[in-house]
Amino acid sequence: MKKKLIQDLLVVENKILSEKYFILHLQSPTPLPEILPGQFVQIEVKDSKNTFLRRPLSIHDVDYKTNTLKLMVQVLGEGTKKLSLTKQGEYLSLVYPLGNSFSINDNEKALLIGGGCGIAPLLYLARHMNDKGIKVTVLIGGASQSDILEADEYRKYGEVYITTFDASLGEKGLVTQHSIFNAPTFDFTRIYCCGPEPMMKALARIAREKGIDCEVSLENMMACGIGACLCCVVETQDGNKCTCTEGPVYEFKYLKGW
Amino acid sequence: MPNLEVKIKDLILKNPVMTASGCFGYGEEFMDFFDISCLGGIFVKGTTGSKREGNAYPRMAETPSGMLNAVGLQNKGVDAFISDIYPRIKDIDTHFIVNVSGSTIDEYVTVASKLNDLDKLNAIELNISCPNVKEGGMAFGTSCPSAIAVTEAVRKAYHKTLIVKLSPNVTNIAEMALAVEGAGADAVSLINTLLGMAIDVERRKPILSTITGGLSGPAVKPVALRMVWQVAKAVKIPVIGMGGIMNAADAIEFMLAGATAVQVGTANFIDPAVCPKIIDGIEDYLIRHRINDVNELIGVI
Repeated sequence: MKKKLIQDLLVVENKILSEKYFILHLQSPTPLPEILPGQFVQIEVKDSKNTFLRRPLSIHDVDYKTNTLKLMVQVLGEGTKKLSLTKQGEYLSLVYPLGNSFSINDNEKALLIGGGCGIAPLLYLARHMNDKGIKVTVLIGGASQSDILEADEYRKYGEVYITTFDASLGEKGLVTQHSIFNAPTFDFTRIYCCGPEPMMKALARIAREKGIDCEVSLENMMACGIGACLCCVVETQDGNKCTCTEGPVYEFKYLKGW
Repeated sequence: MPNLEVKIKDLILKNPVMTASGCFGYGEEFMDFFDISCLGGIFVKGTTGSKREGNAYPRMAETPSGMLNAVGLQNKGVDAFISDIYPRIKDIDTHFIVNVSGSTIDEYVTVASKLNDLDKLNAIELNISCPNVKEGGMAFGTSCPSAIAVTEAVRKAYHKTLIVKLSPNVTNIAEMALAVEGAGADAVSLINTLLGMAIDVERRKPILSTITGGLSGPAVKPVALRMVWQVAKAVKIPVIGMGGIMNAADAIEFMLAGATAVQVGTANFIDPAVCPKIIDGIEDYLIRHRINDVNELIGVI
């Protein structure tokens, strides 16, 4: 079992991408524990009246040399709004690293698909796969150009395709409508995806039709994040399982009703 | 160093700080964060006669200074507890107390008698106050005759320390406490969660799959404190207080109101290492006030 920590991390940078999105760059005072792609943190939001629980956020990137990690965050409510106002030099309390990880297999032809801020965990995954010599293709979808985040970062690790609903960038439509799926050269062996549940369910259907694997990263509401409260469960072939400990990443066939 | 040891019938606790059922798993989930043997005790997840899947997701709603849950007693059943979990935890140097739940009196009795045979477990907490199951649970704990019936039946089957966990969803909680005291309870613990609900106005739907759920966290603390005070005044058996304890001062409030010991619940979700801080905080408080024994705090009000 890997060691989980509760720790105050220094905010090295709060990179504001837009009104809706920001990236927190955080530094640990001690060497980072081993962090796997797909894992997440539980972050405390201080002085936010209606934010009682920590917020689960997926880990966007990790740098063991500087003991830093990045969290890509979308402003969704009062808690994330408050976090977006974090200043360099402040400290944030994290419980981490939590959850399982995406599977990384040699000889995989990996298609990484993120919807909006759902691409967050896929950067660290792409880098991990690159380090292992696994070829990566990334498909990013969003409502509009402003929802396509940090595409250049992903280009470092593989080819990047984009869809936007309003056609402001890349192909028009949803990620599932991208031409890549109908290309005769489609030879991916596994989809790794994170984003809105309807998107992931649609991708799971495509994976089923094509007879390939598809790992989905769920974003269930959580209280504890460590398997104690049993609030974040998802229905699986083996009954209700905690998304925080047995997930957040699941092979879709293991989930009931997918 | 002041004395922190307290007694709940025959159960000697190294300090009054314990963790609440459903909020601390089986203790193992927290071992990365601190040495759980420092705790006075650990109340493990509500355990039923057979495996339960609990309620559908969503089971949780965040609320101001608290949360609602509707987990609904998801657990693997008493036999799995005895065969899989008990061997792993039995040698940890603290008291593990199983929260016993059921739909019928027979189920409570079955679970309690199976647990009676375990050498290293010296107490159970009878859960007659779960608000999130259709049958049993709170139904037993909101009427005196049924609370008496289940407590008496379990009392006959269980020969070690029997704690009964009370529901706050009653008009007169002191009356319930007196009823279970008369039926053979060695101690009472309170409060379980308060029945509540939350609505998503954009979707115009309840947030919880069960519509209603149990409220916990600092939001319930004043209510819990008042009930602990009322019950402690009414009964002769020890009272274990809980409800929104986040720090040492909260824990001390409950003791001053009459609790012999406390349980920390929801706070574990926000700070998994909160319990040792509460223990240290109580010790610091006693030193600061030149009090030699934590027992001197109990029921001062």
